[in-house]
Amino acid sequence: MAKLVAILATTHHPFYYRTSQLPAEDAPPFAADWVRKVEAYRETLTRAQPDVLVMVGSDHFHQLWLDNMPQFLVGKAPYYDGNWENEIREFGMPKLFFQGHEELSAYMLREGIDRGFDLAFSHELRVDHSITCPIFTVRPQNDLPIVPIYTNIFAPPLPRPERFVQLGKTIREIIDAWPSEMRVAVIGTGHLSLELGGPRQFGAHGPDPEFDAQAVEWIKNGDIDGVLGGVTLDSLHAPGNATHGFMDFMLMMGIAGYAKADYADNLDLFHTMEAYFTWYPDPSLVPGLPLTSKGALLG
Amino acid sequence: MSKYLVNKFLFTVDRDTALTERYREDPVGTVTWWEAEEANRILSCIDAERSTWLSFTDEERQALATHDHVALFELGAHPFLTLTLWIAMFERDWDEPLGMQLDYAARLAHVTQPYPDISC
Repeated sequence: MAKLVAILATTHHPFYYRTSQLPAEDAPPFAADWVRKVEAYRETLTRAQPDVLVMVGSDHFHQLWLDNMPQFLVGKAPYYDGNWENEIREFGMPKLFFQGHEELSAYMLREGIDRGFDLAFSHELRVDHSITCPIFTVRPQNDLPIVPIYTNIFAPPLPRPERFVQLGKTIREIIDAWPSEMRVAVIGTGHLSLELGGPRQFGAHGPDPEFDAQAVEWIKNGDIDGVLGGVTLDSLHAPGNATHGFMDFMLMMGIAGYAKADYADNLDLFHTMEAYFTWYPDPSLVPGLPLTSKGALLG
Repeated sequence: MSKYLVNKFLFTVDRDTALTERYREDPVGTVTWWEAEEANRILSCIDAERSTWLSFTDEERQALATHDHVALFELGAHPFLTLTLWIAMFERDWDEPLGMQLDYAARLAHVTQPYPDISC
C-alpha cells in the first residue's frame, strides 16, 4: 500500500512569493521573519521525502464559474499549468507548470465516488494560487507530480463544515488503500479569519484574532470535535467574510484524524494570521528524530 | 435582482486586461456595451447558443456605471470579484502601499453584520 508520509495544512498568502524575492533593503520589516518561518516549515515536507503531492485548494473564480460550479473536484490530467493573468498582475507570481499523477487521480475519483462523494473532475485544469502558493513555500523546486483537489469555499451554497471533515477522512482512507509503493504527502491550504472586499479588510491583523487563536488550538490539537462544535456554515461569516476558507483546514484535520500536529507555527501579519501545521501519520517513515515544533505558537 | 449577472460582469471584465482598462476609462459606455453584447453569452458556448433573458436592474446598472463599490457590496455582489477588479483599476492611483484597499474598506465602515447575502 501507499505510504502517507506527511500532511501539511497551511494558509496560502499570495504576497509571500514577491516578498521573499525582495532584496533586504527593499523588504518590509516582517519579511525576514516570514521567510525564516516558511523555510523552517519547508523542512517538514522535505524530510518526509514524498514522491507525489495531493494538493487541496480552492479556485478563486478563475476556471470554475457560477454557470457550472462543482463542490469538490479532482484534477485528472497528465499536466497542469498554474497561475492566472490576474494573479500575476496582482501578486507578481510567475506561471508554473506541473506534472500530474493520473493513476492516483483516477484512483481518488473512483474510490471517492464509491465512498459517497460524487466528485467532479477536470481533464484540463489551470490551478490557481491556492495550489501554487504552497509550491513556492514548501516545494519551490516543483519537482513532484501533483493531484489537485478543489473545494468550494467561495460560491454559496457551500457544503457544510462536517462535509469537509468527512471528505478529509475519506481522502485518508483512499490514500491508505492505494495499491502503490509511493510515498504520498497531502498539502492543503486555506485561511483562518479573513476579510476580502469588506470593511475589515487589510487591517493590522487578521479581522478576528480571537478566532485565529482558537483555530490554531483546534488544529494543532487535532480537536475535530471541538472545531465541529465551534463553527457552523453560518458562524463562519462572523470572523470575516472570507473565513469559509477555514473549512479547508477542517478537511485537512479530517485527513490527520484526531492526532496532534507534529509541527505547528504561526505568524501574525497585516491582513491575516499565517499558520503552518504538519502531521506525520507514521513517524517511522520519516528519517531522523521526531520534530518538535520550532514555532512561536500563540498562547 | 440579478446578482449573478453583476458577478458575471465583474468576472469577465477582471480577466480581460483590455476590458479592465476600458471599464476604468469609460464605465458608462462599457456597461452599456457589455449588457447589450456580452451579458447573454454563455462563457463556454458559441455565440449561437446565447441566453435570452439576462439584464441588469436599474440599481445594478447604476452601481456599475458609477464605479460604486459600496452599492455593489450592498447589492450582494461577490466581494472578492469587486475587490480584485478595483485593485486592477485603481491601486495605481495611490502612492502608499494598500492605500486603495484601506480607502475601499473605510467607505464600507458603516456596514454592520450580517453582510448582504451574496448567494445568487
